[in-house]
Amino acid sequence: MLQSVRHSDMAASSRAVMKSFLRRCGQCWSLISALPAENTVLRLNYVIPVRMVSVSKSTGFRQRNPPSGQQKFTLEFVKKQIEEFNLSKRHLANIMGEDPENFTQEDIDRSIVYLFPSALFEKKARPIMKHPDLIFPRQRAVQWDPDGRPFHYLFYTGKQSYYSLMHDTFAKVLEVERYQDRLLLKGLFSQEVKPISLAGGRWLSKDEFEEFLVETISDQDYTYFLQLIGRLSSLPYSSLEKEFILSFHKQLDVQASKQLGQPLEFDQDGVAFSSAQGRRKTAEATVVLRDISSGKITINSVDYLKYFPSLQDRLQLMFPLQFVGRLGRHALECTVTGGGHSAQAGALRLAIARALLSYVSESEKESMRQAGLLTSDPRLKERKKPGQAGARRKFTWKKR
Amino acid sequence: MRIVWAPEKEALATHFVLNVIINCTTIMALHRLHFGLRQTVTQTRSLHGSGLIQQLGSAAVEPEPSVRPKHAIFRTAEGDPAQHSEQHLGQYYTLPPATIRSLFPQGLPDRFQKQVKTFNECSMMVREPALEIISLLKRADYSKPPIHYMLYGEKGTGKSLSLCHALQYCFSQGWLILCVPDAHLLVKNCREILPSAFNSSRYDQPMLAVQWLRNFRTTNEHFLSQIKTTRRYVWTKRESTEEGRPLKEIVEHGLARAKSSSDVVGALLRELRLQVGRPLEGGQEPFRLAVAVDGVNSLWGRTTLTKERKIEMAPEELTLVYNLRKMLKQDWSGGAIITAVSQTGALFKPNFAYLPHELLGEEGFVSLEPFLPVPVPVYSDKEFESCYQYYIDRNWLQHEQSRTEDGKKELIFLSDRNPSVLERVCASL
Repeated sequence: MLQSVRHSDMAASSRAVMKSFLRRCGQCWSLISALPAENTVLRLNYVIPVRMVSVSKSTGFRQRNPPSGQQKFTLEFVKKQIEEFNLSKRHLANIMGEDPENFTQEDIDRSIVYLFPSALFEKKARPIMKHPDLIFPRQRAVQWDPDGRPFHYLFYTGKQSYYSLMHDTFAKVLEVERYQDRLLLKGLFSQEVKPISLAGGRWLSKDEFEEFLVETISDQDYTYFLQLIGRLSSLPYSSLEKEFILSFHKQLDVQASKQLGQPLEFDQDGVAFSSAQGRRKTAEATVVLRDISSGKITINSVDYLKYFPSLQDRLQLMFPLQFVGRLGRHALECTVTGGGHSAQAGALRLAIARALLSYVSESEKESMRQAGLLTSDPRLKERKKPGQAGARRKFTWKKR
Repeated sequence: MRIVWAPEKEALATHFVLNVIINCTTIMALHRLHFGLRQTVTQTRSLHGSGLIQQLGSAAVEPEPSVRPKHAIFRTAEGDPAQHSEQHLGQYYTLPPATIRSLFPQGLPDRFQKQVKTFNECSMMVREPALEIISLLKRADYSKPPIHYMLYGEKGTGKSLSLCHALQYCFSQGWLILCVPDAHLLVKNCREILPSAFNSSRYDQPMLAVQWLRNFRTTNEHFLSQIKTTRRYVWTKRESTEEGRPLKEIVEHGLARAKSSSDVVGALLRELRLQVGRPLEGGQEPFRLAVAVDGVNSLWGRTTLTKERKIEMAPEELTLVYNLRKMLKQDWSGGAIITAVSQTGALFKPNFAYLPHELLGEEGFVSLEPFLPVPVPVYSDKEFESCYQYYIDRNWLQHEQSRTEDGKKELIFLSDRNPSVLERVCASL
């Protein structure tokens, strides 16, 4: 009895708190609810029946380019929202009894989850409170003057920044070609000059390119752009426009630098060892790799020849060691659980390769990665389907 | 990933390896150099490799020259097992076909038999267990009951071949050989089983008995006319063999009358047991008897044979097994018992059991008790090298990578120096 009274007490007090909070920062919430409520709307009936807390458009977070037509939100409006957001953030911090100066977005999320517990499964449908910059998509500045006449001469193409970029790029192509022609005429054209090297990188993806343009373009447009920029970069004297070309190019970093092996450890006898885990399908393996040349290889304390009678599994076990040329230089102590024999062999292979990272040089790590030794096999058993004998196999067809 | 090796370099590298193992003979060096000169381009493609590392260009591998050095480092010309000693360890000696025909009329172990056919020669490696048995056989006192040598070891380590080697020693010494090449066959998959006429609680296996008698006759042709029976044997109401007849007569009888062949085996074993170590008629020296049973653990334990009403048969209910067990009792003198326990072919035994007490069971272990266990290990480094060179010599390893150091390391890893596994891995290269 006492318990329940106390519970109702607490519930009443928390309601009061929320009411006051919502009243104070009503503007902020209305900010969110002002957005077109296409998505799920969460009704907080027990607080104030009228007020709604809506979730912003999920697309807002991804900063996808808006339609380049009429602007939806003016700059002043967004600025006002930001002010309100900052104010309500302080209110929220005060409600939660925390320092309003150091109230971070993480704290806001935590508080919202606490104050408005939601049982909805979809995360996007739950109440949120984010900075307006994250909620209102990035958009173009005003494109037309007060009379309604556009500034840009390509405005009526519908994709003004795309076409203007294409014009610019082609102008650069012509410029470089003209420069080359001049050199040829003077006889100064040098065969040694090479186009800029773009190895180990990639062009901007379509999404990135659209974000850059703040416009939606078709796949065809994107392909045309790639052709044009490819033509420019393949000219011998393309280095003249190096900066321009590289602004559309992303250099990929070497993956193996992320593959850090554990530093070597030493046991009481001073023998170096390293350990690693690996998994494949449902098999999980742990390997302790010791630096002993006359070492045994045991799997679950059974000799590997007995544990893997089939040659294929032993080949799997051998490959990482053979690849780095360390066959016969290590003692392996493996434990493996779950899965069938080939899954276990695969898991061990990955674990051995990872354990070997502690012994090999950076370049060998990179070549191990390229050989696929450090990539775990993501394939899993395909489920059986109803109405079929197996994952793919159908029942025997009978006429009747 | 292509390495171009100078021919001299490869020859040197291979040469060096050989030097490390055993002192290299000049002939061998020349032989290897020949290989080195032929192969100018070596690919670093692994033996069992996937297509990861591309194979770039291929050096034509010519067929083996017909003139092959006879005295390669891995071979010994010493064909007499009595002369084999520590210095021949790991070397191959060749058995003459005549010996194989008379000593092993039933054939050698299956995989080895195929290898013999492929290589067109029967070469066996001199290994430690066989040498140990031979040296003990040389020193044994034959006035005492026989010593029981029991070979044991993990699967595929060469127990049967060690047994064959030791048996060849006995054969070369002019012993009488009583060999059961695979005792597992006695207790499973038997086509014909008849109730014994001699003892109604036992069962005869006429086909197996006839087969065994025929092999026995082939191996011990000259003994059979020298040894005489010591009592009268009555096979049926009408047929009997008188006392003082040569053993050949009862063997012939067993071969002619399949029905009484199992009893003939029993009688034969009894005669041998009684007469071994005694001087023969006509003042000849007493003969010695070598009893060899491969898969001796089958004589104890369970069988897959059934009596009437599908009751499982015990091994001692089989006449042949019953008589063989008597032979393994050390109540005679003037010979030796050499056996091998093996899981391969055994019934109802765990997969990785290999120790005598695991395979024989309590009962079998107790009844065989005073025996000398001889472990058969996997190849040592030296033996592996020898085997590897032998396979190369026989052109059994033809993969261009199998002749490199890396290829050898790969073979060592994949086989773990187990002779049988090595043979299987090499079979596809």
